[in-house]
Amino acid sequence: MSTAIEIPYNSTERPDTGLYNAKLGIWLFLASEVMLFGALFSTYVLLRTGADKWEHGAEFLNVPLATINTLVLIISSVTMVMSWASLKMKNLGRYKFYMGMTILCGVGFLIIKSIEYAHKFETGLWPSTSTFMAIYFTMTGLHGLHVIGGMIVNSYLWGPGSKMWQTDPERFTNRIEVAGLYWHFVDLVWIFLFPVLYLLPGK
Amino acid sequence: MTEAQHHEEHHDELPFWRHYIFSTDHKIIGIQYGLTALVFLFFGFCLMLMMRWQLAYPGKALPIAFLTKMLGESRMPGGVMAPEFYNQLGAMHGTIMVFLGVVPLAVGAFGNYLVPLQVGAQDMAFPKLNMSSYWVYFIGGVVMLSSFFVSGGSAQSGWTSYAPLSVITPQSHSLFTGQSLWLTGMVFLITSSLLGSVNTITTIIQLRVKGLTWMRLPFFVWAQLVTGFLLVLAFPPLEAAGVMQMMDRMAGTSFFLPSGLVVGGKALNVSGGGSALLWQHLFWFLAHPEVYVLILPAMGIVAEVIANNTRKPLWGYKSLVYSVIFLGFMSFVVWAHHMFLTGMGTAINAFFQTTTMIISIPSIVILTALILSLWGGSIRFNVPMLFALAFLPMFGIGGLTGLPLGLASADIHLHDTYYVIGHFHYVVAPGTLFALFAGIYYWFPKVSGKQLNEFLGKLHFWGSLIFMNGIFMPMFIVGMAGVSRRLYDGGTSYLHAQNVLYLNKVMSHSAWGLGVIQLIFIVNFFWTLFAGRKVTSDNPWEATTLEWATPTPPPHGNFLKIPEVYRGPYEYSVPGAEKDFSPQNEPDKKPGDSNNPGKK
Repeated sequence: MSTAIEIPYNSTERPDTGLYNAKLGIWLFLASEVMLFGALFSTYVLLRTGADKWEHGAEFLNVPLATINTLVLIISSVTMVMSWASLKMKNLGRYKFYMGMTILCGVGFLIIKSIEYAHKFETGLWPSTSTFMAIYFTMTGLHGLHVIGGMIVNSYLWGPGSKMWQTDPERFTNRIEVAGLYWHFVDLVWIFLFPVLYLLPGK
Repeated sequence: MTEAQHHEEHHDELPFWRHYIFSTDHKIIGIQYGLTALVFLFFGFCLMLMMRWQLAYPGKALPIAFLTKMLGESRMPGGVMAPEFYNQLGAMHGTIMVFLGVVPLAVGAFGNYLVPLQVGAQDMAFPKLNMSSYWVYFIGGVVMLSSFFVSGGSAQSGWTSYAPLSVITPQSHSLFTGQSLWLTGMVFLITSSLLGSVNTITTIIQLRVKGLTWMRLPFFVWAQLVTGFLLVLAFPPLEAAGVMQMMDRMAGTSFFLPSGLVVGGKALNVSGGGSALLWQHLFWFLAHPEVYVLILPAMGIVAEVIANNTRKPLWGYKSLVYSVIFLGFMSFVVWAHHMFLTGMGTAINAFFQTTTMIISIPSIVILTALILSLWGGSIRFNVPMLFALAFLPMFGIGGLTGLPLGLASADIHLHDTYYVIGHFHYVVAPGTLFALFAGIYYWFPKVSGKQLNEFLGKLHFWGSLIFMNGIFMPMFIVGMAGVSRRLYDGGTSYLHAQNVLYLNKVMSHSAWGLGVIQLIFIVNFFWTLFAGRKVTSDNPWEATTLEWATPTPPPHGNFLKIPEVYRGPYEYSVPGAEKDFSPQNEPDKKPGDSNNPGKK
């Protein structure tokens, strides 16, 4: 009987709000994510201003690798948009290509990140080493979990989820847009993390 | 009844577990939330009943033998409550009542069941997400309860889990300690609230039926909308704080551990550099809006019940709506009034003191509007109305006694005394809980098709009213005498508290009395379900809002025909109308239309 219920505005926009349901939902979710990372950045500010000394991340973090990672994420955001645009142009094959690229970029990001992590552990830098390292591992770790979450969703939409293209192409396109909004947000968090942790001079 | 037959034809063929366990129907999920939350409320209440024994008769053995035996020698050595166990009960009472009881009942149950009905939707905007938010809540509850059974027992640092105490108690990096499980449980509960409120907000904004403009929304829906925003925006910082406390406990970081911390005469072997105040800021950034999460749905319920039983429109509907929105905004900038004594500095104190005084204005506007709504009404004193009426003075006492706590200088004396306990329990217990009971009695006929027994209901009401005040009123006196809220012996060791100590017994006996009275409600609840009087109408209270335009109980999909809204939510006793209520979905009678069909 679940077919009997028609939730309106799943694929079309409600005229007076100009939104379909999932788009409003994801923006609300992203608002809460802003608060989550906002609290962590506030922690950074509070603990840094309260500390006598603060390390300069570039002295022991790997800036070249992180720069590459920044590029990888930016590229993945572009391919994400391309995958959505491909669906708008009714081209499922191209969508699959770009979505696959997005997922691969995510994999690449995680590989580079784990190389960085491994190196830190080898040189004896743990979350318990200093407040800086605690913040570094907590924030990049939480960001990494968000990347993994996004990749799981993207992989579903690349694989089994794409069957929806045959039955309800409009709604499927919306799903890609929503997944894209989330993916851009995760990208954006890194754009803040990179300068704050790697580049900002110490005191 | 043709409507019932119509419903029979469409009876769905889903297997039992899809229909009742993993249902995506907002009404089933609402009922699941409601029953689970009521069980947790009762459980959390029982924890407090045990604490009250220790407070009234400190150091005496608990006279209930089987309970002592069940709890075991480690918790009750010789039948006397161990201090550590007392602390566990205190921490878990607060946590369970707030996060597993009242919020899931007010937001999860009432919000889930009623919001789609009142906006004329067939279901929530995201039914599967709705199901998962219930199950995530359920897992969070199980994790919380399981913490009683790990070695060292459950969390024992208060429901606020202040660092550094919560980080170092017990000192173990294991996940299976009370505090770590508390944090894990909280992450589940926060996730659940988040998913639920995204769903509620989207439903309200997107799924309102034709004609249901913003200013025609029932006040309950407005309250749920603002509550949803509070949950979406205030909970994540606590999630971040929980992650950091987890890192402190398990990975040895020092987010909340300052340099040079000495525990038990030994310097703690951590890097230091953290801030204990940081935890308090992040915690109260959630927990103050959380107070409004507790109270706003309650105000919404009271508004519905009052309008219905005074048979007249709410006084100042628009000012109610603007107040509740303003209240939502302000609740984000008052949190540090919980921290006046932490030495933040007088400038910050002055700021938060000012915002706190400002936030009392919209609360008073709401309360005043609700009281003025009674003026000139021909009031029906049924059980829901009695609870709703009692809400007004009880919440009033709770609110007014909060003002001295919001003033930094008065708070120096009152901080962390029983006065605080009295204050917020007046808001939450005879305040919110009474409103929730009003809601249960009011909507029970719609949910179950049966009407709760009126006499047992009145007994439940009057007993609860008397005993609630018996518990919480003396707390103001004890608190002003300077007794701290966290004492294991209830103040026996305080020389200055000796002449108020007898009140501990008054409070404890009232609490146990309140427990007995709740049994009446439980009996009434089950007796009505199995043998109660069936309602003969889909709209037994003759109400105007859309949930009463459904069959009883509403089928999957709610409405037989998608309704359309023609008027505001509280058009009672409209001059010139045939009956004293004009449902939102009934069009105006056209002139010359002699046989207005009324329904449909």
